[in-house]
Amino acid sequence: MQKGTKYALLLASIPFITLVFMLPLVNRIDPVILGLPFLLFWILAWVCLTPFILLLAYLLERRFNSSEEEE
Amino acid sequence: MNTALIIILSVIIVSSLIGVFARRQVKMNLEMWTVGGRRFGLVLIWFLMAGEIYTTFTFLGASGWAYSKGAPTFYIFIYGVLAYTVSFFLLPVIWRLGKRHGLQTQPDYFIHRYHSPALGIAVAVIGVVSILPYLQLQLTGLGLIVHEASNRTISANTGMFISFFLTCLFVYTSGIRGSAWVSGLKNVMMIVAVLVVGFSVPHIYFGGIGPMFQKLLQQHPGHLVFPGATTNLDVLWVMSTVLLFSVGFYMWPHSFAAAFSAKNADTLKKNAIIMPFYQLPLLLVFFVGFTALLVLPGLPNTDLAFLALVNKTYSAWFMGFVGAAGAVTAMVPASVLVLFASTIVAKNVYQTGFNPGASPEQVMKLSRFMVLVITAFALLFAIYLPKALVNMLLIGYDGVSQLFPAVLFGLFWKRVRARAVWVGLVAGIGLVTFLVMGGHDPLWGMNAGFLALVANFALTWLVSVVGAEKKMLHAPMTSDSVPGDEICS
Repeated sequence: MQKGTKYALLLASIPFITLVFMLPLVNRIDPVILGLPFLLFWILAWVCLTPFILLLAYLLERRFNSSEEEE
Repeated sequence: MNTALIIILSVIIVSSLIGVFARRQVKMNLEMWTVGGRRFGLVLIWFLMAGEIYTTFTFLGASGWAYSKGAPTFYIFIYGVLAYTVSFFLLPVIWRLGKRHGLQTQPDYFIHRYHSPALGIAVAVIGVVSILPYLQLQLTGLGLIVHEASNRTISANTGMFISFFLTCLFVYTSGIRGSAWVSGLKNVMMIVAVLVVGFSVPHIYFGGIGPMFQKLLQQHPGHLVFPGATTNLDVLWVMSTVLLFSVGFYMWPHSFAAAFSAKNADTLKKNAIIMPFYQLPLLLVFFVGFTALLVLPGLPNTDLAFLALVNKTYSAWFMGFVGAAGAVTAMVPASVLVLFASTIVAKNVYQTGFNPGASPEQVMKLSRFMVLVITAFALLFAIYLPKALVNMLLIGYDGVSQLFPAVLFGLFWKRVRARAVWVGLVAGIGLVTFLVMGGHDPLWGMNAGFLALVANFALTWLVSVVGAEKKMLHAPMTSDSVPGDEICS
């Protein structure tokens, strides 16, 4: 596996950790942040952060993977 | 005629015209019809994928669940993001394979990778059987929306009939291009409707989103944490369901094949990056459901929470706008579903199974004919058996998800052969049908489809490992034309 792909996969595991495996830990109302119960705030935060995580993964793939035959 | 009705009808007609004219000067052949000639850039791919994803189920179902079940509805918010993350890695590889070998449908992939027409036909049947209830759901949702939004002046059946006749028309003429173009209009209308309603109703009734949640927490203290107002949809159910859907999402034949429409692999990666933003309006859909619970408690049909609240709050023309947005939101995914179900029947059941010598023109002709047949079927189901297929829809999602091990292993592990896929598929689909039909879903707090997927993965892996070792005892492995070679390297 190429180095860039490895980094990308590591980054991509973040939303799975936060939005799946950490759910039992954040299943609570308090603290209420920005008017939202904590559970909803947590989910919203990671939904908003995931595109940036994927963007970083994309850039790392470009940087470290030898050029694939792209059209 | 009332205002709302005029608006709904004009939008339905205009969007169909856009769909028909999307064809323009393009010469229509099978490749153009199903995968848009593999020419779609970032904008059209985004239209197409976003169009497939926001269906009437998200529109009515997400607010309905927020109203009746509470926190478990958040699973809809989560799984999309995870599915796009999976697609970032998966779709570009599938696209490259499709480009190199001229694949147009999901069964094409199975036939190519596993050298097994029989497996291709089985996958085609699983796909079409899963699509039918999904299509019927769009129809029923559309009928409901048109009926309610027109102030019950149009019957649900008339609404379904008119819109599906028009949908058929633009699928028939323009294929996938038509769907992508109409989806552009649909996305704008949907987002405007959701933004306006989602931000304003909490303000109108409670003076803000924060106060709305305070009120909700006072009246329904458990509503906003898992398991919400349910007893069996606890955090373990949410975890297993989002994992299942995140891998099952792109296993729907139409979503899988949408990857082939992209002009290059990079487009698909970029699309995966921006897609999570498209999830955000869902948050507002939840707000509407929660507000409706406080303002209009005790609705008999909770799927109508969104529309009932709009009806109570706004004037007729805005109700018409929301109704129109809802109607095109059903038409776009429906058009894609019909398109791929028809192509799969013509290409992977008729051509692969009965007439391998059929020319592309014949397949194209039959695909177009199947558009009419499949739409008619879905209409009949929707009118005469409106409830009968709800169970099948659940099995549909669980069913297509069972294709994931074969797709994943197929792309990245040479050793897997058709036999292992058969064993895994039969076990997975058998198990999930048994569990769901027998009323054992959720089982041990987990989504039954997820458990079946785990069994399917384990069996596919086991048969591959054992099968390969046996072969080694008899004869040394030769590396002659191992399928999947080109992608594993």
